[in-house]
Amino acid sequence: MNQILALIRVFSYLSLLTVGGGMAAFPEMKYLTVSVHKWLTFTQLIHLYSMGQMAPGPNMMMIVAIGQWAAGPLGAVVTVIAFFGPTMLLAYAVTKAWKKAGKWPWRTSIEQGLAPVSIGLLLAGTFSMAKGAITGLETTTIAVVTLLILLRYKVNPALLVIGGAVVGLITYLPK
Amino acid sequence: MSSSGRGSLQGVNVAPEISASLWEVFLEFLIIGATSFGGVVPYLRGNLVVKRAWLDDTEFVEMLSISQSLPGLNATNMAVQVGEKLQGFMGSLVAVIGICLPGGALMYVAGIFYRLHGNHPWSTAALKGVAAAAVGLILATAVGLSKKALSRNWDLLFVAATAVAVEGFHWSVPRALIIMGIISIAFHRPRKVEKASAAE
Repeated sequence: MNQILALIRVFSYLSLLTVGGGMAAFPEMKYLTVSVHKWLTFTQLIHLYSMGQMAPGPNMMMIVAIGQWAAGPLGAVVTVIAFFGPTMLLAYAVTKAWKKAGKWPWRTSIEQGLAPVSIGLLLAGTFSMAKGAITGLETTTIAVVTLLILLRYKVNPALLVIGGAVVGLITYLPK
Repeated sequence: MSSSGRGSLQGVNVAPEISASLWEVFLEFLIIGATSFGGVVPYLRGNLVVKRAWLDDTEFVEMLSISQSLPGLNATNMAVQVGEKLQGFMGSLVAVIGICLPGGALMYVAGIFYRLHGNHPWSTAALKGVAAAAVGLILATAVGLSKKALSRNWDLLFVAATAVAVEGFHWSVPRALIIMGIISIAFHRPRKVEKASAAE
């Protein structure tokens, strides 16, 4: 029961930090799920997050696995509701209000002003994850090549993530 | 408007221009949730704008920019807005459930597998590559977003300041969000001198 309550607290809090995308919450997610509650290790968090990039749908569905590990099937369900409930209600309320706000000049200011901050949070989340994910020459190469391919060509990113798995396996092959 | 025949559940509640029953909304978002490998946005546009014509491109872009400046993932914030447009609150709810369900079920199973077999040297090797590729992917997302969403060059200063505050000075995310958000919004305030506070 304690775990269930902790999951609700942690994920409804994280939910409100995901401005511009789920990665914005990554540093706090790492702190709360790894350091504070010890539901999983940092490496496991990185692995789950990365596996989530290969799944369809919203790219943070890996939280289901954290909930399941912490408290079984109920934990998984509770985690999803805690993570999506608050922002859903907020988005619903804002959608209604935003319609009324119409030509309110601050609306553009808020959209333009939050854009760089949300990108900054995305970068901070990426650095936080890279500290655990980029460990040497191979991983650096995989990350850089993925980045360059995506910047230059129109490829489905999920394929590149699968490509990363293949390269990871090849480098492991006994030499 | 596609009149896809959902034989058993005919459109009970008919909206004036665009008609989509609650069931159709759920089903379309379930399809998006099950097929959107590699990022939901192009699939949202393909299914909602092109295939269903539930909204046009202008609406789509506007909803996307609102999604981006709100807490919550793009995928679910878009689901809320489109669902609201088509079927009110229940529309939002079924759209969010639909888009989350397939990926959630998949990650539930994947999580159990990973827990059982994640320590195998083969899976560790593969996941090492997956995580590295994911880092490249997120960086590409950041570059793409910067090109699209930043309105001025010096916005890059806010990007850098926010990232450094969190990762360099260990600000908590909410602290960075609130402080940098307020400063940045103030810099982007409406330029017409008239006080805009009388909004209603």
